[in-house]
Amino acid sequence: MAELMLKDLVIKYGKVTALNKLNLTIKDGELVTLLGPSGCGKTTTLRSVSGFLPVQGGDIFLNGRRITDIAPEKRGIGLVFQNYALWPHMTVFKNLAFGLELRKVPTEEIKKRVATVLSSVKMDEYADRYPRQLSGGQQQRIALARAIVLEPDILLLDEPLSNLDALLREQMRFEIAAIHQRLGITTMYVTHDQTEAMVISDRIVVMRNGVVMQQGAPEEIYMRPRNKFVAGFMGTTCFVEGAVVTADGGRCVIATEDGLKLQGVGTDLKVGEKAFAAIRPEYIALDSRARQASGSSEVNRFTAKVDRSNFTGELFDYQLKLGKHFIRAKEYEAKALFELGNDIEIKIDEDRLPIVHDSDLEAAAV
Amino acid sequence: MNKIWKKSLELALLVIVFLVVIGPMLSLFLWSVAQKWYWPSPLPQTYSLDYWAQALGLKTSLAIGAVSIVGAFSLSLMIAVATVVIAMLIAIPAGYALAKYKIPFGTILLFLFLLPNAFPQQPVFVNILQTFTRIGLSGTVPGVMLIHILVGLVYGVWITNATFRSIPPSLEEAARSVGATGFQAFYKIALPLAAPGLFSSAVFVFLTSLDEFTGTFFIGLPFINTLPLTLYSSSGYNMQFASVIALLLLIPSVVFMLLIQKVLKAEYVGGMG
Repeated sequence: MAELMLKDLVIKYGKVTALNKLNLTIKDGELVTLLGPSGCGKTTTLRSVSGFLPVQGGDIFLNGRRITDIAPEKRGIGLVFQNYALWPHMTVFKNLAFGLELRKVPTEEIKKRVATVLSSVKMDEYADRYPRQLSGGQQQRIALARAIVLEPDILLLDEPLSNLDALLREQMRFEIAAIHQRLGITTMYVTHDQTEAMVISDRIVVMRNGVVMQQGAPEEIYMRPRNKFVAGFMGTTCFVEGAVVTADGGRCVIATEDGLKLQGVGTDLKVGEKAFAAIRPEYIALDSRARQASGSSEVNRFTAKVDRSNFTGELFDYQLKLGKHFIRAKEYEAKALFELGNDIEIKIDEDRLPIVHDSDLEAAAV
Repeated sequence: MNKIWKKSLELALLVIVFLVVIGPMLSLFLWSVAQKWYWPSPLPQTYSLDYWAQALGLKTSLAIGAVSIVGAFSLSLMIAVATVVIAMLIAIPAGYALAKYKIPFGTILLFLFLLPNAFPQQPVFVNILQTFTRIGLSGTVPGVMLIHILVGLVYGVWITNATFRSIPPSLEEAARSVGATGFQAFYKIALPLAAPGLFSSAVFVFLTSLDEFTGTFFIGLPFINTLPLTLYSSSGYNMQFASVIALLLLIPSVVFMLLIQKVLKAEYVGGMG
């Protein structure tokens, strides 16, 4: 059982507040991702939990034990660094054995445990190599192996995949998720890559300026963002501003200045207040598909002008002009090529159109 | 054809390097074994090992005006070794602390070590001489050592500092995360990784001490006579004897260069790459 709890955590760099009363609990066996742009406080949080940053306020508890002022080496935390931080003067085996040797584990057992962990990251044959003889992906596996060989209470990963190329990154995402599932180790994962967060997390915590903007399961964060910032951070999102006309039971309609009425889903919205429709390209049906979509419902059915079109290989990426607003749409049918300047019919899925607050209101409320 | 060009170019370069580096040393060697060498002869008229023998204390003859330098040589070596040990004991912690921690006025502190070499040395040493005379350090071995440490610390602290700076902090943090204390992380991770840099820094301090002249001249004379001072006092009138001393002074440098090469080939540096 390992549960991490951050209570009213405050961290300042000089006069700049990096974390402002952060509250966060990571349950036993859970993989929680801290997601946000650089400077949002995600790495600061991780470094304070690992013990390398002094805390100015609040507390950190691991399994109910207060570890706020405890030295990093006594916290029982496994760390994986962005730059891997393997010790270049030691072989892979020595890198993994170092922590065990410090714990005075008998040599025979060290050999056994290192071998087991190496095989779990598929690196059995590399025990005698030096880090410089390994590729980036292999070094990343060893860094992970070094952290888990000690069977820490909690594993912290700081942007572990950001130094890898795109293909390898995708592969490693699945592997990290698989290792987490197999070991069931409580994990805090820091990244700025929303796709990475979506793939591996049990729960995502979206942060900005040292404040949690929203937390929840990946689907929840993506489908029901609570504010403009979260909606904008997940996927490609185009915002259309308007005033709330009706709001009840999660359904919500906003009217824009240029007379469009958009229906979507949104909670905590009051009639008359400013709100944004977060339009995602993947939930817009174009032309013939728009005519087929959800029967004859006239909700969110518009005519838009094709403003720009890019062929990316797997799809057409369109920019459409809807009233005064520009929105993006995707079309996978290679045949459905729309001429620039033409008007086409579009239908936005009202169940997948989040209506959100302005972010600043949200941040002020927290 | 291409290959031949390349080979001859390599050969030409080798000859140039040989002339530039080995040439002067060859001339020194010729002088050291020349009994008589008068202009305009291109080579000495008579050869003998008398100067070597006398310098090394194997022979005493008043005819050729050379004295045993065994004493001066061992004194120089002793001072150099002690200087290295003490300077590195200061430089390693100082360089490490300045690299790893935010020390108030850290940069200024770093420049303070540079100060003795930033000014013309004579006025600095004349001032030190007055102070040292007052506290009884002038003309003593510890006084000379202090001067050598002062001069050598520039290389000590600056190179050590740069070396520790080049080691990513995450390497030590990783050690902490697997259970190493701050000191263990330093001792088992930072120190071995810094070893080549620390070693070359020590070599610089050693060679600086061995060659140090100005400070020793002011503080040490007339009681402390190191090898460079002996070389100075003999070079004016006795080219052969001066050549012998110059060659002897070269020995530690060459030995250290070979050592550096060996150390730099070791796994540490390979590991850094």
